[in-house]
Amino acid sequence: MDIAKLIQTLHPLERKVLPILEKTNSFDEIAKQAKLQKVEVMRALQWLQNKKIISLRQELKEIISLDENGIKYREKGLPEKKFLSILETEIPLSSIPEKTGLGKDEIGMSIGLLKQKNAIEVKAGKEPIIKITEQGKKLLERKFPEEELLKKKFPIDVKDLNQEEKSALENLKKRRKIVNVDVVKEKIPSLTELGKKIVKEGIKGIAIADKLTASMLKSDLWEGKTFRRYDVKINVPSIYGGKRHFVSQAISYIKRIWLDLGFKEMTGNMVQTSFWDLDALFVPQDHPARDMQDTFYIKDPKYGKLPKELMKKIMAVHENGWTTGSKGWRYMWSEEIAKENLLRTHTTVLSAQAISKLKKENLPAKFFSVGKVYRNETLSWKSLFEFIQVEGIVVDPNANFMHLKGYLKEFFAKMGFEDVRIRPAHFPYTEPSAEVDVLHPVKKQWVELGGSGIFRPEVVKPLLGFECPVLAWGLGMERTIMEYYAIKDVRDVYKNDLKQLRESKVWMK
Amino acid sequence: MPTINISRKVFEQLVGRKLPLEKLKDRISYLGTDLESVTENEIIVEVFPNRPDMLSVQGFARAFSSFIGAKKGLRKYTVEKSNEKVIIEKSVADVRPYTACAIVKNLHFDDEKIKEVIDIQEKLHITYGRNRKKVAIGIYPFEKIKTPITFTAKKPEEIIFQPLESSKKMSALQILKEHPAGKAYGHLLQGREKFPVFIDANNEVLSMPPIINSHKTGKISENTKDVFIECSGFDFNVLKKCLNIIVTALSEMNGKIYSMELDYGNRKFTTPNLEPEEMKVDISYLNKLLGLKLKEPVFKKLIEMMGFDYKNSRVMVPSYRADIIHQVDIAEDIAIAYGYENFESAIPNVATIGQEDKFEAFKSKISDLLVGLGLTETIAYNVTNAEFQCKKMSTDIDFIELANSISAEYNILRVWVLPSLMEILSNNKHHEYPQKIFTIGTVFRKNGKFDTNVEENERLAIAIASEKTDYTEARQIIDYLLRSLDLKYDIIEAEHSSFIPGRAARVIVNGKKVAYLGEISPKVIRSWNLETPVTALELNLSELFETVK
Repeated sequence: MDIAKLIQTLHPLERKVLPILEKTNSFDEIAKQAKLQKVEVMRALQWLQNKKIISLRQELKEIISLDENGIKYREKGLPEKKFLSILETEIPLSSIPEKTGLGKDEIGMSIGLLKQKNAIEVKAGKEPIIKITEQGKKLLERKFPEEELLKKKFPIDVKDLNQEEKSALENLKKRRKIVNVDVVKEKIPSLTELGKKIVKEGIKGIAIADKLTASMLKSDLWEGKTFRRYDVKINVPSIYGGKRHFVSQAISYIKRIWLDLGFKEMTGNMVQTSFWDLDALFVPQDHPARDMQDTFYIKDPKYGKLPKELMKKIMAVHENGWTTGSKGWRYMWSEEIAKENLLRTHTTVLSAQAISKLKKENLPAKFFSVGKVYRNETLSWKSLFEFIQVEGIVVDPNANFMHLKGYLKEFFAKMGFEDVRIRPAHFPYTEPSAEVDVLHPVKKQWVELGGSGIFRPEVVKPLLGFECPVLAWGLGMERTIMEYYAIKDVRDVYKNDLKQLRESKVWMK
Repeated sequence: MPTINISRKVFEQLVGRKLPLEKLKDRISYLGTDLESVTENEIIVEVFPNRPDMLSVQGFARAFSSFIGAKKGLRKYTVEKSNEKVIIEKSVADVRPYTACAIVKNLHFDDEKIKEVIDIQEKLHITYGRNRKKVAIGIYPFEKIKTPITFTAKKPEEIIFQPLESSKKMSALQILKEHPAGKAYGHLLQGREKFPVFIDANNEVLSMPPIINSHKTGKISENTKDVFIECSGFDFNVLKKCLNIIVTALSEMNGKIYSMELDYGNRKFTTPNLEPEEMKVDISYLNKLLGLKLKEPVFKKLIEMMGFDYKNSRVMVPSYRADIIHQVDIAEDIAIAYGYENFESAIPNVATIGQEDKFEAFKSKISDLLVGLGLTETIAYNVTNAEFQCKKMSTDIDFIELANSISAEYNILRVWVLPSLMEILSNNKHHEYPQKIFTIGTVFRKNGKFDTNVEENERLAIAIASEKTDYTEARQIIDYLLRSLDLKYDIIEAEHSSFIPGRAARVIVNGKKVAYLGEISPKVIRSWNLETPVTALELNLSELFETVK
């Protein structure tokens, strides 16, 4: 860039600082002459360096400041001075606190210091006696060097101290909370060859407008003005707009997939009776999945209410298969157990409720939900106790096992998984049952993402009133999106780290 | 779910064929067992709870060998009559009413085999036996027993014997108190007047089910050739099935099965019965369900791969299968034999109309408005703890507790949502301010009007942490939201212990208090270890939606 253009890029702060640099490179001096805040000077120097007009050399400085005792002693005097000043004659040690108002530590320290200076003598005995020496009396005649130092204006650069002050500083440094000495980096500017040229050329004469303002526009004062040129490549501070949580973004997308495929959305309560969550799905009452360790039960209200008519059918289907042609689980079904409230363990409970509301003329019908489910598990990198399940059912007299595979393939293809496979599995409410695996897009390995199957007649007939194939699946939501967001630990999905949320990429599937 | 560890050598002997590793892995997965790992010497598989018959290496190999075509159809197991008797006395009716028993002879036990048998017993106890509650299994060296055997119930103080792995005789109550098995399973006999025991003709106690065998008569050793097996519990069908699973596994170890007479007083039975159960199947029904067009001979071939026989629209179900209760269960076995991987995929050409839930759509619109105001959405758990909900918020509200949470941090249901946002703010102190966040979540409270006696509502909470924030900001947001929904509303002053007095308000729409807002009290801010002013609001979206829709 030629010099004329370069001059046009100079910011008002740079313009103020630059001419001064010819005369001084002291930071304080620049600030004073330019009548600027130190941060403003710093900013201007940084910009000038970026433009290669100056170079900045880093220098380390030791800066002294007062700590809490330092401030106190500056006001009230040093304790050893106070100690010494009351010693007109010899006095017992025990009377010192009262006469000086000093604390125990301060007295101990004063004795040590004054003895070192030969200012006092201590006569040991049952009752120690303190006596001032000639040297001590002499010392009292003038100020202690430490006192003089404390009276100065802080902060002070160590470099600016004379020899006597420096040794006083060393003494004070050894004592508790009187002074702090911090090493501070300071930048020393000097003009580069380019800088010298610019200063020589002079920048004062050129009128450059910094900002286009409304009043300039109204009065047409902008005409003939040169505007300061910007460094357009410079980094600017980040801003963050408002944003949906990345899980919500993915959920919206998942919902749209099912809506596009003609599915209706199901919603429902988190707290459910065991009846709807388990019994209606033909899970026997002594099934291990109902154990206390897997399911969150509610302490109070422990029980909910059951639909009486349906309950009779469900009881019969468990005990003897009812009219489904099944033998049932052959045990005594208990209403008490079915009434127990729990946090829904799967959104399949919503599917059961949706089926129970269907009539023959509504078929075929398809439903989906994306909702929270709960398992009584400890949080770990691979398990959550509250997570989201993607649920779907197809209630269609002509549905079959092939279609199950078809819907799952379609869904996962839209989620970015090229291949899906199903493997045999077991769930009490589906037969056949299938585990759903997808091919990991990067690792090219099969990853388990959910369960599926065709609801058993023992599930469908009591709810719907007649037998009908119902394809069903329940898929883990978090695991489906973790790869996209490069999340390895499932807990991080709900960490609510604001940096992560502010910077998360937009769901682009 | 239970896993079984299988020696590859034993497995391959039983299967009668050696498969290359990849093929082996693939077939195990598609048989319907989850493969955990395969090494040079060992295979570890997870068995689903519907297949207790696969919980032994013998049972697993039996299913596998048919599946890969090394063997086919129903296995024949012969049962000979032993003429040995078990007398079941009426006294057991109240405590453990049933038992099914058998004898297996000609076994050659070594360390390995003893371990295998104990393993089968343990796996069955845990799964099919529901931790011995439903089924308890006892296996005894038959040579140490004098028949007939009696299953009776006695007062605990009258039962004295030396339990397994104990050096001394103990009373029943002592066993429950001191013996490891007694401590683990004692609760199953808790409160019973009498405890069940098996006793032989010498009046020796064989065992006290479901707790422990006798050391003297209930311990298998390398010298044992013949064993007496009993399963005791509450459902005779289940016990018979469990017995079948064990004796057929032992038969696969070259044992010979002998039946026993069970004398229940007025009724007599002979167990085990290894005759297959017949089940009628409708091939066209199964084809329709699976989307296949299998002809009868192919169907027959496939079901034989699963260890069944087929004849004239009937399948012969192996006596050890516990999971076949409807013909759809046959459908799954057919699907497995056909190969899940071999099914085509298709979407039927049937039109249905998609429909989003209205309230879900409403929540989404509210979120979009807030995002437009520069707020960041967060998602928090509905399960939390009392300290967060009440103590740290300086409030005292009634909440619903979980009965059995394993975590002390997560053991109640949310009553309000704002504390979740305070928690998020306190976890984000190191990030840039201002922090403007919101979340929509469920709140729970007792209410008898609902089926579960719990009322659930969805609520929106907003929190703004900033040096400059004050009541105005929260008020502006609620104004903006309600104006955007074209609603009329009133603001009234409110007292709320989480907010600064005089700087909290309630919002009333259609006569209902739907929201509160204000400046969070410094005490609450400090209790979350925050150093920045926070303004907040909480709005009941469920109630608001009722007036909008």
